[in-house]
Amino acid sequence: MSEPSVTRRTLITATITGIAMQSRPGQADDTTPRSLPEPVATHSGQVGPITVELQVNGRALPLTVEPRTSLLDALREYAGLTGTKKGCDRGACGACTVHVDGRRVVSCLTLAARCQGKAVTTIEGLGADSQLNAVQAAFLHHDGFQCGYCTPGQIMSAAALINECHTGSDGEIREWMSGNICRCGAYPNIVAAIRDAAGKA
Amino acid sequence: MPYIGQPIDRVDGHLKVTGRAKYAAEFAVLDVVHAVLVQSTVGAGAVLDFNLDKAKSMPGVLSIVTPQNALKLATKGGGPQTVRAPLLQDMNIAFNGQHIAIVIASTLEQADDAASRIQVKYRRDEPVTSMGSVLGQAYPPKQFRNGERPPDSMRGNPDENFSSGAAKVDATYVTPMEHHNPMEPHATIARWDGDRLTIWTATQGISGAQSTLAALFDIDPANVRVICPYVGGGFGCKGSTWPPATLAAMAAKIVNRPVKLVVTRAQMFTSNGYRPRTIQKLRFAADDEGRLVSMRHDGFSQMSLPMLGEFSEPVGLATEMLYSCPNVAVTHRLVPTNASLPTYMRAPGLASGNFALESAIDELAVALRMDPLEFRLRNYADADPHENKPFASKMLRDCYQQGADAFGWSRRSPEPRSMRDGNVLLGWGMATSTYPTHRMPASARVRVGANGTAVVQVGTQDLGTGTYTVMSQIAADTLGMPVERVQFELGDSTFPHAPVSGGSMTVASVGPAVLAACEAARDKLFDLALSDPRLASPGSDRAALRLQEGSVVGPAGQVPVAELFARHGQDFIEGSASAKPGAEQKQYAMHAFGAQFVEVRVDADLGEVRVSRFVGAFDSGRIMNAKTARSQLIGGIVYGLGMALLEETHVDAETGRIVNANIADYLVPVNADVPNIETILVNNQERNSNPLGAKGIGELPMVGVAAAVANAVYHATGVRVRELPIRIENLLT
Amino acid sequence: MQAFSLLQPTSTGDAIAAAQAHGTKYIAGGSDLMQLMKDNVEAPDQLVDLEKLQLTGIRTDSGGLRLEAMARMSDVAAHPAVQQRWPVISAALLASASPQVRNMGTIGGNLLQRTRCSYFRDTGFACNKREPGSGCPAIKGASRMLSVLGGSDHCIATHASDLAVALMALDATLELHGAGDTRREVPIGEFYRLPGNTPNIETVLAPGEMIAAVIVQDTPAARHSHYLKVRDRTSFEFALVSAAVALETSENTVRDVRVAAGGVGTRPWRLPEVEAALHGATLNDALLREASARAGVGARPTRQNEFKLTLLRRTVLRALQTAAA
Repeated sequence: MSEPSVTRRTLITATITGIAMQSRPGQADDTTPRSLPEPVATHSGQVGPITVELQVNGRALPLTVEPRTSLLDALREYAGLTGTKKGCDRGACGACTVHVDGRRVVSCLTLAARCQGKAVTTIEGLGADSQLNAVQAAFLHHDGFQCGYCTPGQIMSAAALINECHTGSDGEIREWMSGNICRCGAYPNIVAAIRDAAGKA
Repeated sequence: MPYIGQPIDRVDGHLKVTGRAKYAAEFAVLDVVHAVLVQSTVGAGAVLDFNLDKAKSMPGVLSIVTPQNALKLATKGGGPQTVRAPLLQDMNIAFNGQHIAIVIASTLEQADDAASRIQVKYRRDEPVTSMGSVLGQAYPPKQFRNGERPPDSMRGNPDENFSSGAAKVDATYVTPMEHHNPMEPHATIARWDGDRLTIWTATQGISGAQSTLAALFDIDPANVRVICPYVGGGFGCKGSTWPPATLAAMAAKIVNRPVKLVVTRAQMFTSNGYRPRTIQKLRFAADDEGRLVSMRHDGFSQMSLPMLGEFSEPVGLATEMLYSCPNVAVTHRLVPTNASLPTYMRAPGLASGNFALESAIDELAVALRMDPLEFRLRNYADADPHENKPFASKMLRDCYQQGADAFGWSRRSPEPRSMRDGNVLLGWGMATSTYPTHRMPASARVRVGANGTAVVQVGTQDLGTGTYTVMSQIAADTLGMPVERVQFELGDSTFPHAPVSGGSMTVASVGPAVLAACEAARDKLFDLALSDPRLASPGSDRAALRLQEGSVVGPAGQVPVAELFARHGQDFIEGSASAKPGAEQKQYAMHAFGAQFVEVRVDADLGEVRVSRFVGAFDSGRIMNAKTARSQLIGGIVYGLGMALLEETHVDAETGRIVNANIADYLVPVNADVPNIETILVNNQERNSNPLGAKGIGELPMVGVAAAVANAVYHATGVRVRELPIRIENLLT
Repeated sequence: MQAFSLLQPTSTGDAIAAAQAHGTKYIAGGSDLMQLMKDNVEAPDQLVDLEKLQLTGIRTDSGGLRLEAMARMSDVAAHPAVQQRWPVISAALLASASPQVRNMGTIGGNLLQRTRCSYFRDTGFACNKREPGSGCPAIKGASRMLSVLGGSDHCIATHASDLAVALMALDATLELHGAGDTRREVPIGEFYRLPGNTPNIETVLAPGEMIAAVIVQDTPAARHSHYLKVRDRTSFEFALVSAAVALETSENTVRDVRVAAGGVGTRPWRLPEVEAALHGATLNDALLREASARAGVGARPTRQNEFKLTLLRRTVLRALQTAAA
């Protein structure tokens, strides 16, 4: 097993940031710092760990992953950025939606290795607790979610949709939000939130 | 103004919209490794042999657990949420997609890859894959409604009176196997510290998980800590403690490392239950004045092989009590197949049963040439005809009236195919909704600090239903403090006990406990205050005091709580309480009600059905938060629309393997499927059901939706569809 | 997913050379290949990434349209000239997948996506397309979504691309690049193979050969083209049945018409029987009804999907009516 050497420091930084952000309500207190996953050389010798430097939320994030590691797993399992959710891992639910070079994509079907040097924006980069982005604030006000699991993907999709100018009517919003499944069925509130946020944009 | 009832934003909303709410798989646990489940590809038989050579040689693999080296689990103890199979305790295969092995490796990629390299030699028996082939083997459930009542009921003589009816329906209705598909897959992180197990798991019941894992691993429940602050949707499939959680704990014990096990979306279809397929035979008759004279509802629901447990879909519950009819028979039977164990799914029994019931009622109204709403009013039950008791409250007439007014029902032209817009046929349909009001014991504790804040703790869950928010509102009102000062904590089994979050009973169960605990703390505060001359004169009692904006207010003036604490040298005051159902349970029949109105647009040539308008009017008792309540209502309606038009799990007839075990082919509603939904709440006065008057709101809005849509499709097209989901091919007339 | 190595060549020649190695696959947008790899349907040892080849052009001139293979679905759908002169392409793309997937998916990758047949995508089932000779449980199984046209006793998997149906109705040409700098042009109607007894072979592509571009002519019929997709769910679903039509009329007479259908065939399905009934005829609703009723010659439906023939005829009719309006 080969030890990752390049990225440990950055990873720890990212990890600590992740923990520092935990707060009320309901945060279990029994959390301990996460370990570094340890990518290891695989059998063929050509397919082992690689280093990829992503630009995540405006900051360089070097990661040691495998060529087969999805952007979603890189974010969740390697970088500790768990705001991006895994719902189906097959591109069919939209919970993992992030922006890559400004476009909304599903990170589960994106290879992290192909994102070298690209700008990745996740829900963690969209706003902060004290200063919600307009879409986040509208989702909160209109209760555009219930369980909250699809919500980061919905919000990333909604933010992109507003930039794409697909807010001409409720029908248009619905169609262009149909790549994000909400099993709690918050759709009417999601549409209301987007209409509201688009009006303020 | 009290907080209860106000549409305040969710108190956990900031965390959810910023991605910082942490779900089970997202906790940072030192040295965690990854587990992946391996499932059978045959539907019946046994594993004869595993070839693990290739898998074991893969990089990063730490261990592979099969029935040959699995830990032996205890076979006694646990409770109704305990699932005992399949837990790798033997080599038998009861269904296709059964867990047969666990691969544990350093990374998820490694575990997943190695899992695909396991070779399995099976004995293949012929699986029973359809109910139809074994309907004759149907048997009565042994533990119907957890053994609280027999599976059959009868009043009067329905069979004799059927023949005398002026209008009759004798029809069979079918609902498919459906899967919950919450957006968060089942996920667990398990860590052992000696004999102590800490488990972060996606569950609707941390207390059930605690008792189940303690029983299976034969350890003291106090040594099991279950943590689950957020659940990414449950809908029933996270109610029991299903095998993946137990297997994660087993894997962690075997590799002596913390283990993370996230079930894949495909595996979700055989890992944590489903709504069983039902075949329902209804024989209803009404006299020529539109009074029901006979109702018989024989329900058959799909089951696994009995060795996996038992679950019965209670399809006849509403038939017993919804209408005033002297002759009613209801039966429930189970049909064993080679499928995994079914379970509760949003409005179990009622959702499936009401599709049949409310379709048949519509068919009777059509036969009588009577408006379907008028027909229902003629058979309105003012008291519960099944239990012979008054309802704690029933404002269903108001639901009908206000729903019909909002929808414009009076403008409906009764004839099928009579409303048209170009190529599109319009249909208007309606149905009644009902769901029983449940309540179970719960406990709570609160600590009021000198700084004017309160922390309330209950071992309950928030599935997105709003528990954090409404409990904060209840506490804030009781403690007389701004809701921002209340921190409500849940999802930790070290907190006071609460029941599973299911059956729409969390507010009714946990709310009174929170109320009582806060009252207990408040009383202690008042006792301090009574000794303060600025507030009370000698002889005055607590009733003279109240809490308001962080101060105790008495006849003589007010004192900030912080000052009271300082004077008495206290940093905080604690209150704890338990609350449980009382005599009202025997006194009243308790149900929530609603009326669903829907407009569909059916392409006359292409058969596509689109829902264009929906109005739901509900009596779910007192509302804690108008905003989260509406979300529950629209969410339930959307779930019902999926049931009506999209959802069905397909099982391959030859192998018993689920064909559409993914969320691209198992269709759930997307945003474009859902129109504007108007919701109306009619009863905010309820006090009889429980101290908060909450009758439950999570499941009610789903009930009746499928029937309302089917009735609307009939009105649009003249085609009566008695099997869900309603499909294009049903309507290519 | 099996481990693999990733190559990111910057020239087409390098990419094609690398792709000659056994166990190598191209990756374009990856939205389908990643699913297949996660499900162990595909298990390449090496991926050749086409992203750095700069093959993203969308070029139009008076003669027509040239879409390079790596042009994104969303970019093509939103291109003003495409919307104006080849509306069926834009409509078919916008009816495909989801906005996120359309931002990833490419023109070449879309045309080479594999069938959605659940038996093919689940290695827990036998499948002749995945493993020739292992059998086809789908024919007697859950076949509602599967094809009624072009199937064999070995495979009835439906071709899933909406875009391919539109391109069939436009008689598009595919520009293929292969080893040794070979280039050839293949009409889309000759690109896809019927399953026969080799359902694993789906196109005429030689090993290592890639789609470099799609070429579409600018015709009056293309400007009056239309795509209609019928599905259970309002959005984000593959077609139950779809129809693409391109129609040129003058003086109420049909001068040029091409009709293709999706969701019904083992490959994107041209309907010459419908076209023949329309060519040169006087346009009226009765004609459209008579012509569309001919759709589906040679169909071999299963009990579960025989309704698709009725639906096909009605979908074709509606699409023709819309294009003619």
